Order: sequence, then C-alpha cells, then structure tokens
Amino acid sequence: MKGDTVLTAEQLTRHYRVNRGSFRQPAILKALDGASFTLVKGKTLAVVGESGCGKSTLARLVTMIERPTSGELRINGVDTTQANRTTLDALHKEVQIVFQDPYGSLNPRQKIGHSLEEPLLVNTPMGKKERQEAALAMISLVGLRPEHYDRYPHMFSGGQRQRIAVARALMLNPQILVLDEPVSALDVSIQAQILNLIAELQDRLDLAYLFISHDLSVVRHIADDVMVMYLGRPVESGSRDTLFTRPHHPYTRALLSATPVADPFRVKERIVLKGELPSPIDPPPGCPFHPRCPSMTEQCRNTIPPVTEIDGCRVACYHPKLY
Amino acid sequence: MEITIPAIDNRPAGFRAVLAEFWAYFSENRGAVAGLIFFVVIILIALFADLIAPHGPNVQYRDALLQPPFWQVGGDFRFLLGTDATGRDMLSRLIYGARYSLFIGCIVVSLSLVVGIVLGLMAGFFRGKVDTFIMRIMDVVIAFPSLLLALVLVAILGPSLINAMIAIAIVQQPHYVRLTRAAVMTVMTKDYVTAARVIGVRSPRLMFVTILPNCMAPLIVQAALSFSTAILDAAALGFLGMGAQPPTPEWGTMLAEAREFILRAWWVVTFPGVAILTTVLAINLMGDGLRDALDPKLKRS
Repeated sequence: MKGDTVLTAEQLTRHYRVNRGSFRQPAILKALDGASFTLVKGKTLAVVGESGCGKSTLARLVTMIERPTSGELRINGVDTTQANRTTLDALHKEVQIVFQDPYGSLNPRQKIGHSLEEPLLVNTPMGKKERQEAALAMISLVGLRPEHYDRYPHMFSGGQRQRIAVARALMLNPQILVLDEPVSALDVSIQAQILNLIAELQDRLDLAYLFISHDLSVVRHIADDVMVMYLGRPVESGSRDTLFTRPHHPYTRALLSATPVADPFRVKERIVLKGELPSPIDPPPGCPFHPRCPSMTEQCRNTIPPVTEIDGCRVACYHPKLY
Repeated sequence: MEITIPAIDNRPAGFRAVLAEFWAYFSENRGAVAGLIFFVVIILIALFADLIAPHGPNVQYRDALLQPPFWQVGGDFRFLLGTDATGRDMLSRLIYGARYSLFIGCIVVSLSLVVGIVLGLMAGFFRGKVDTFIMRIMDVVIAFPSLLLALVLVAILGPSLINAMIAIAIVQQPHYVRLTRAAVMTVMTKDYVTAARVIGVRSPRLMFVTILPNCMAPLIVQAALSFSTAILDAAALGFLGMGAQPPTPEWGTMLAEAREFILRAWWVVTFPGVAILTTVLAINLMGDGLRDALDPKLKRS
C-alpha cells in the first residue's frame, strides 16, 4: 500500500576503528552518529550534506553491507540487528542499491543479460528461459532495447549504464532502493533522463527511495522529504517544501544559499561558511557545527543541541531561524 | 513519458570482438609477433616430431660417432646437425626434446597457476589471519634462491623429470599467489563486487565468478613469462643431473652429457644451448607483447 512505512531507523550509528601506527591508541571515527528516519512506500527521502558527512555510510548500513555499531534498523517491522540468517537473507532482497559511478558498478566481464539474471540465479529457483524473459522485460522497462541483452558494459554510455544499474537493482522486486548519488557522475542532459526514469519507476512500482546527493537542485526536483547531515548527524529534516522555503538550521540555510538559482533579478543572501569540515575522528564538543556557525553562542560549545520539532521539521539547533 | 535512447553502439560484441581488440594491440609489437610465430613453430615441431625427425631419438649409428654438421668437413647430409658421442642424430634429438620442454612448461605453469590462484584468491578475499598465514609461508619460499630450493626439493624427492617439475612448480608458485592477491584486492574495492554482494551472491561464486575473471590479465602474462623460466630451470636441473635422466633427449640433459666434448665437438653443446636460448627468448618476447596488450593502463580507447 502507498504510504506504508517500510523502513525505520532509530539512532543509527556506525563507528570505525582507525589504526594510527603501533605506538598510538587506535582512534574511533564516528562516520555516522545517531541518525533516525523512516522510509515510506512511494516516497523519496533525500539525504544531503557535504562530502564526509556520513551519507555513503548511511547507504551501506541501510543496504546491510555493514552492520550498525548501535541503533535499530527495522525493515517491514523486523529488526535487522537482531534477525537470524534466513530472515536477513529475505530482507536483503528488499533493499537494493544504485551506485554513483556507472563505470565501476557493472562487471566488465559480464554481459548485460547476465548481470540482470544473476540476482535471479542466486536467489530464485527460476529456469533459464524464465530468467531471460524477466531480464528482457526489465531491459524494456528501463528504456533499453532487447539487442542490448548480449552486450558488454564497455559498449554503453554513462547514462545507459546507469539504466542498467537501476535495472539490476530492480530485478528482485525490492521495496527500497538506495540511490547513492545516482546522477552526479552524468552529464546534465543525461541526468534529467535518469531522474525521470527513477521517478517513473517509483510511481509504477511503489518504491521507497533513499536518495543520497549533494546536488540540491536535483533533490528539490525529486525528493518528498529531505534530511540534512553534518559530520555524521542529521541537523535538520522535514518535508521538501518547508525545508527549501523555510530552512531553520544555520547549516541548511548556508547550503541553500550556495545553490545557484537561474534568476538574475533575485536578491541573494549569501552565507559563506568559514573554515573546513572538522575531522570526524576528533569532532568539536557540543554542537558539531559550532566552529563554523554564524549564530554560535556559549551553549553551543558545551552541549549537543537536542532535536526539536519546529514547523513540522526536526531541527537540532539552539538558535534556529524562526519564520 | 518519452524515453530517448542515445545513439546505439554497433561495435561487434562477444568473444570475437575481445580477441580482435587483443590482436590489434598485440600485433603492434613486432618482436612479440616474431616470438609468437617461433613458439607456434616449436609447438608444431613437438606435435609432429614423429613425422619430421629423420631418425629415432635414441637410435645409435656406430659408424658415425661425433660426426660434424653437414657443412663442415667430414659432415654428411644423413645427419644435418651431426651426431653425438654415441652416434645419435642431434637434429632428431632436438626435435624430440621440444616435446619435453613444452611438456615441462605446460605442467609447471598449470600446476603453479592453479595452486597460486586458489591461495591468492583466499588471501586477498578473506584477508586477516588467512592472508597473514598464506603470505608468510610464501615469503619463506621466496626467500630461498629459487634454483637452490628446487635442487633441495629434487634431492629429497629423488631425481626424475616429474619430481623436477614438481619442485619447479613449488618454487614458482609464490609469484602467482602474490599477483593474484594484489589483483583480488584491487577488484574487491570495485562497486560491482559490492553490488553482487547486495544482490545476494555468496562468497564462492563471488570469488570465482565475479572477481577471478577480472584478475586474469596479469596472471596470463606471468604464466607466459614463467613458462620460459620453467624450461630454463628444468634444463638447469637436467644439466646438474637432477632432472630428466639420460637417455631422455631433454635439452638440459643433452648439454650435461656433451660437457666433456665441448672442445672436440662444438655442435653437441651448441645446438641444445641454442635451442633453449631461442625458445626462451621467443616466449619472453611473446610474454612482453601479451603484457602490453592486456595492460589496461597502456590502452588508448
């Protein structure tokens, strides 16, 4: 059913141990530090943030390539951190991923048809003929031609490869599709084609999308809800319209002010952030954003701001902008 | 919604296209092509030795001991390259010897390749303790001078051609393990491996179907190059009396038998030596060409 929650994440964290030579203590890198969100059928949740903010780690956790250090990840109500092997195998089919780089995500030694049939071969008892039919059906669904079945990946352009990657992800009829910057490696003209394809497939198959991106104009085009991340933490999340028209968190506002708008007469308030993204090995105490924040106070230095609900958005800030 | 399809690529697909592309790169290198031709000729000679060779390899002609090649005084067209100390025709022995050399090369390479690939795949795939265990053993094997280790192994196993081949295979196999491991580690970071995992592909299939075919290029080159090393090592062991035993017409063993006539009859030592030299040279040239043709870094697309 449309509108059903398929995935719930509660306080997901993922820490990595980083060895720093034999004579120093291994450090803890907090790649993701407490993310909570839900994915709903037929809806798209976009995750935005600059590089190193934990977007890709989030993708790896949701696709169950890695296990969270702590927190809960429930798919269809089943907690994946507690589930046994067989349940987990069944859940694996429900979540698939499309990668950023279409040149690295297809096996160069595998024909397209083979790539598409592999998920069925290893997961279902389908016969050869059925698999081929399913693959051909999927090829036409993503807008490729039947004769592409017998080709190798190097014969395709970036956009076509991304179609193939989407097709492969959909072969097992998943409920959730993680799109890890699916268009940022493509030409702008091709980006629109792929985005339209993705949107069309969502309508037709009622998929829940976790759309990871750093391109806000793309997010604005495709997302229903948006989550802004900074240094492993979501700083603001809410519906697309609220977030783009009335951003509360200073980081969100800075991000939005950095997006170019094709309107020469618009008066722009440009917020320029000072400094660099701090290292996640040694995050600043208190609010992680405070060293770069224009409205920082003493309180921000000492304690991490709690998540509060403002105007339908979940904001983690002591000094949100109110409208 | 209208989906437009970009211009279709009509390049030929499949194995033949890959082969054609490979040949285009390979044939640029003249030395490699020459090496390949020479190597094919040797294979043909070895295959049809029974038809080509004028005499049997072990037939002794008591009337023609140490007869020089035909262009020298005292030479005879019956024995084109002369005869050795027991009156056996040099040319026939060399022709039959090609069989042994190719046999040694094939067996040694396939033995060390198979074992090396399995160990290297395991080391590169599982990492951690498995990796450390396998690689430290390989380091120990590599730490010995290869011919000395082969000699020790043959001394333990007993001198024969089979044991020499086993010894050479053991000595060569760490190189394959290292190469495979390095290639596997590179391929493991690729998105398509992660994608295969997410799809639900299990470890054995991931190792042999997804990863291994993408690691083959450096292994093919190493196989071609170590083919010649195997022939050389086997000849060395044969020369030291630890490999093929007389009267086998193996080139190294022939050299050893002819040692004492080196001043009196140059042809008994020279021809087996030249045979080893040219074969090894041809294979090395071919291997170089293979490397250039298969190395994606040198490709212009």
